[in-house]
Amino acid sequence: MISSFEGPTRREILRAIGMMAGTAVLYQAMEVLGHAKETQFTGPPNLQGARPGTRVVVLGAGLAGMLAAYELGKAGYEVQILEYNNRPGGRNWSLYGGDTYTELGGATQKVGFAPGNYLNPGPWRIPYHHRALLHYCKAFGVALEPFIQMNQQALLHSSRAFGGKPMRYRELHADWDGNVAELLAKAIDNRGLDSAMTKEDADRLRLALREWGALDQNFKYTKSYRSSRRRGFERPQGGGVLGEPIPSEPHAFKDILDSGIWRVVSQHMSIDHQHAMFQPVGGMGMIGRGFARQVEGKITYNQKVTAIRQQGGKVTVTHSDTGTGATATTVADYCVCTIPLSVLSQIDVDCNPAMDAAIRAVPYSNSVKVGLEFKRRFWEEDEAIYGGISFTDQEIAMISYPSGKLHSDGPAVVLGAYTFGPASYKFAGMTPEERIQRALAQGSVFHPGRYQEEFIGGAAVAWSRSPFTLGCCAMWNEETRKQHYQTLVAVDNRLVLAGEHASYVGCWMEGAILSSLDAVTRLHKRALEA
Amino acid sequence: MRFTLFVAAALLAGPALAQKPAKAPPPPHPGAEVYQNVCQACHMANAGGGEGAGRIPALAKNGALEASGYPIMVVTGGKGAMPWFRGQLSDQQIADVINYVRSNFGNKYKDKVTPAMIAEQGLPAPRGGMER
Repeated sequence: MISSFEGPTRREILRAIGMMAGTAVLYQAMEVLGHAKETQFTGPPNLQGARPGTRVVVLGAGLAGMLAAYELGKAGYEVQILEYNNRPGGRNWSLYGGDTYTELGGATQKVGFAPGNYLNPGPWRIPYHHRALLHYCKAFGVALEPFIQMNQQALLHSSRAFGGKPMRYRELHADWDGNVAELLAKAIDNRGLDSAMTKEDADRLRLALREWGALDQNFKYTKSYRSSRRRGFERPQGGGVLGEPIPSEPHAFKDILDSGIWRVVSQHMSIDHQHAMFQPVGGMGMIGRGFARQVEGKITYNQKVTAIRQQGGKVTVTHSDTGTGATATTVADYCVCTIPLSVLSQIDVDCNPAMDAAIRAVPYSNSVKVGLEFKRRFWEEDEAIYGGISFTDQEIAMISYPSGKLHSDGPAVVLGAYTFGPASYKFAGMTPEERIQRALAQGSVFHPGRYQEEFIGGAAVAWSRSPFTLGCCAMWNEETRKQHYQTLVAVDNRLVLAGEHASYVGCWMEGAILSSLDAVTRLHKRALEA
Repeated sequence: MRFTLFVAAALLAGPALAQKPAKAPPPPHPGAEVYQNVCQACHMANAGGGEGAGRIPALAKNGALEASGYPIMVVTGGKGAMPWFRGQLSDQQIADVINYVRSNFGNKYKDKVTPAMIAEQGLPAPRGGMER
């Protein structure tokens, strides 16, 4: 029956059911892929006993580079960092009012956000199990607050369901669970699961389904007090004369299927998006600033690296000042290079041919983020949406409401687009102003009469046009992992690479941190053995 | 400004124009849409590329496009930071956009690339797709 509907395949439905029911089979499959485990972190490396006078040059003042400098500095190395940008943090970055950003192609944006408001163009949330990053946030005095990932009061919009009208996540989620529970109960009644379990277990499952899906006494998902406790009431509970609530009518299951709600539900069940999630107070860029305080005076900004040579028992890095154009060389005993492969593949690097091939083998993904500032928090004041994400099948993919300064007055910034796949290329190809206008137009489907009307101004960052990365993150695949990964992370004479690209926690800050810790630990060992 | 000019032109042309339909503009090159929706995310609307810590090559007036095998290899298989587009775009779309770039932006290469050439000379998309 289900397969006759348009939309989800049977496999997708089973997958969603499987995830919600927490079946062992799916869990084992995920574990094999390494997705259902916490990342590897047992504590800081505590390196000691560097040979006095040993110098290390670190390329890049992102999280990986600054952490490498911090840990190697603690171990006794003389450390210097060269950074292309005029600020620390790399992709860990927030755009605030007064900031100026020029992308490749020359488009310059002067951000006009109110004080305290920001857009996080890169990372924006931290899973609770990214223990290495969390450890250093605490150690470096970076204050964190909850990031609200899932909000049942937020909205889901599908151009293929409900005539394009956005619906509450709560209603769709409740109706999905309820209908699936009812169908499974029916399958048990029709003896469809006889081959899968004993009669005793089937009876237990049947009862469990009633509770899980909020089914009525007849094992049907119907308009009732019970289902409305999940999906919300037509008239909510009150006091006095009209205090009695009126139950709401569930949506037709076909509409629920059309809405694609299971995609959002299963996304929230991924370990990367489960609560608790965190964000730094005041913007993601606070992490970069916190790390920079630990290596103060060691970073030289505005330096474009053009060559990395390994000769005569030294590493020689050639770099030019992006302001003055003056070329200089920095000589050190070792080099930790955190330059993204998208850029490093264009630099003259003196390393073995296999590593050179690895550096050139990994393309970069793209993404576009748009921040939109509004005069007030109408999503909170008018709709009781406090943080979280509303999803859409339009190009913008989602809008995310700020998790910070909840319930406050004054202007606030919504993440108005976080594009994936083809939409990212399309958005990146536009001017920043066009991206903002497109995001505003698509996002207004969620809050008509408010979104365009109370808009103040925006900022848009297309990672494919980012001067310091030329893309978003390293895009590995099965073949390149097999052929190049171990070569890429190996110490090559006096050079070691680090960054999210040198990890299996790709595109997360945690990947950069874990890669950096591993790289400096091995480099230190090599230096002591030399 | 553009709107004003259009109005003025219509007024000057007078009623005669209303009876005789204006000559339809030439249909856009099929590769133009692909270029705008994909390529210009990096190579820019004017195909001028850009330079920061690294460089995005300009496709305008690009001598490396002379031998069509080169863009076929790069677009299908990727190069450095640039991902592969085999499987993301159809062979027809890849042929269209290569033809578009090789005959625009100051490039004047006369020979045409066909989907059959993409199928024959193009690199396959990586097995297993990408992670995440």
